Amino acid sequence: MKRRTFLASSAAMAGIAASGAPAFAQADPLKVGFIYVGPVGDMGWSYQHDQGRQALEAEFGDKIQTKFIESVPEGPDAERSLTSLALEGHELIFATSFGYMDAVQNVAKKFPNVKFEHATGYKRAENVGTYDARFYQGRAVQGTIAGRMTKSNKIGYIGSFPIPECIQGINAAYIHAKKVNPDVEMSVVWINSWFDPAKEADAAGALIASGVDVVMQHTDSTAPQAKAQEAGNVITFGQASDMSNFAPKPRVTSTIDNWAPYYKKRVQAVLDGTWESDATWGGIDTGMVEIGEITDAVPAEVKEEAEALIESMRTGEYHPFTGPLKKQDGSDWLADGEVADDGTLAGMNFYVDGITAEMPS
Amino acid sequence: MIGGIDIVTLIAMLMTASTPVLLAATGELVVERSGVLNLGVEGMMVMGAIGGFAAAVATGSPVLGFIAAALSGVVLALLFGLLTQVFLSNQVATGLALTLFGLGLSALLGKPFEGVRPPPTTKLDFGPLSDIPVLGRILFSHDWVVYLSLILCAATWAFLKFARGGLILKAVGENHDAAHGLGYRVVAVRFMALAYGGALAGIGGAYLSLVRVPQWTEGMTAGAGWIALAIVVFASWRPERALIGAYLFGGITALQLQLQAAGYAIPVHLLSMAPYLVTILALVLLSAMHRNGAQAGPGSLGKSFHASR
Repeated sequence: MKRRTFLASSAAMAGIAASGAPAFAQADPLKVGFIYVGPVGDMGWSYQHDQGRQALEAEFGDKIQTKFIESVPEGPDAERSLTSLALEGHELIFATSFGYMDAVQNVAKKFPNVKFEHATGYKRAENVGTYDARFYQGRAVQGTIAGRMTKSNKIGYIGSFPIPECIQGINAAYIHAKKVNPDVEMSVVWINSWFDPAKEADAAGALIASGVDVVMQHTDSTAPQAKAQEAGNVITFGQASDMSNFAPKPRVTSTIDNWAPYYKKRVQAVLDGTWESDATWGGIDTGMVEIGEITDAVPAEVKEEAEALIESMRTGEYHPFTGPLKKQDGSDWLADGEVADDGTLAGMNFYVDGITAEMPS
Repeated sequence: MIGGIDIVTLIAMLMTASTPVLLAATGELVVERSGVLNLGVEGMMVMGAIGGFAAAVATGSPVLGFIAAALSGVVLALLFGLLTQVFLSNQVATGLALTLFGLGLSALLGKPFEGVRPPPTTKLDFGPLSDIPVLGRILFSHDWVVYLSLILCAATWAFLKFARGGLILKAVGENHDAAHGLGYRVVAVRFMALAYGGALAGIGGAYLSLVRVPQWTEGMTAGAGWIALAIVVFASWRPERALIGAYLFGGITALQLQLQAAGYAIPVHLLSMAPYLVTILALVLLSAMHRNGAQAGPGSLGKSFHASR
């Protein structure tokens, strides 16, 4: 190729790139990628994110094209999956598990033009935003119902990983159960997995055997519900998804993650060219956290109490972490009437006073 | 109650937790005794899990589900047999491929069954027997598959020890050329052993999806097939030791969850590791006790057989 023709053709290319690019962007659908930690059929966490993805397709139609990769382990595989999505031309990628945090950071550095959204993380960058939901608000409701309904005064909690998100849930549940029932005790079993039906079932079995009659879970399958149903006199709560298959009992209500409104907002921002990295932490007020139907297995006055609590959190009049509260080691945390700030909550690594379990290190 | 742990509950729990592994290990033990190394146990289990689940949901009968699960395992095992015994493909590679194939196919077939609930598998009613203190809970409080797994384990032991067929099977596994020379049909014996192994792995898988969890989720066997393979070695190819191995593994798993529920301050990661640690430790001890090669597997294990040699 002669130098002159090379210059002419590269000038023409540059012209196309400058003038034609926006036209291309409109003609080509925006490619949106997702990676999930579990299978979409887990009926919990990943299922709910996929509901959000499907809502995007329904909303934007031909303007976007979505793709998801499911059951991606939180390790090197996450980085590979993210890289392949970016290489395939996905301009907006949602990474939907806490453990993808560092993988997202690494891949985002290599693809500065791709926008990343990381669920439940705290590391951001120019092209990495984070989003999370205030699940602990749902736990406060569950704790209230649990404290009122337990007959053995023992509540069990199946934890996944000892990270702030789970610890917030345990603390919120315990504080509110204790508030309505001072005799309540809580046992925690960690299974070190987000999704392992057989182990979740065994953990529920172990808790029930130790005498609990309420099982809460921060894991994604419905296996604990099935175990509770078998036991007969145990209640549970839907986690991430409604799990209404198990209503009216053992599942008496649920905390539902509704990601669709957020996903729509962010895709719209990319289409408009207004996307910016930020941190979103939505709660009951924004619809990101929904409380599933409280069934008739819950006594009417308890249901009323729970609904009043939901309403007070919706209006912002009540915060589940309001003092006076002490840490497990007896040191002061929040003074009377003081409300925990988001920074403390996002880094929560201690149990509140009264929980007898030991925090895994 | 010892230190907040209810021993009776622990034993009752470990029996259900160990059943899938015990079934798969018993089946694989027979396969390996016939001289075939089938590493596809995980694949056969997961196919049994979805096959049994689908059939149980479609017919409303868990019993038919378990039969379908056994058949699913058999189909996969016969495919393995065709490849390794007729076309003489490498057993290790084929077994690994079988696991991947089973995991993939089950995920595909299972899509419509996500979130569906299977019909419940009933517990056997022993009447007053289950009211006996301690023993009642441990021995007479389970569903029929738990007893089936114990019966199959015992029957396998008796077959290998006393039956003429068992002796032929062991002869084929020890030295297939000699067995062939004596006029035994090596390939036919191995096909039968494979079918038995496949059936048991399939039932083991269905126990997960129909009883222990009970729901269908992709990849729900989560390594149970590999543990079954390890237990066969642990048991030095003897059914009675496979029972001990499976119950030991299940017991430690159940115990670590119960310890947490009882509020013991033991590092969680150590507890999660415990079942594997204890199994490895027991393996080492056993092989130390059997220095004279009693630990060694069947002589022709993993070798291809062709009558022309």
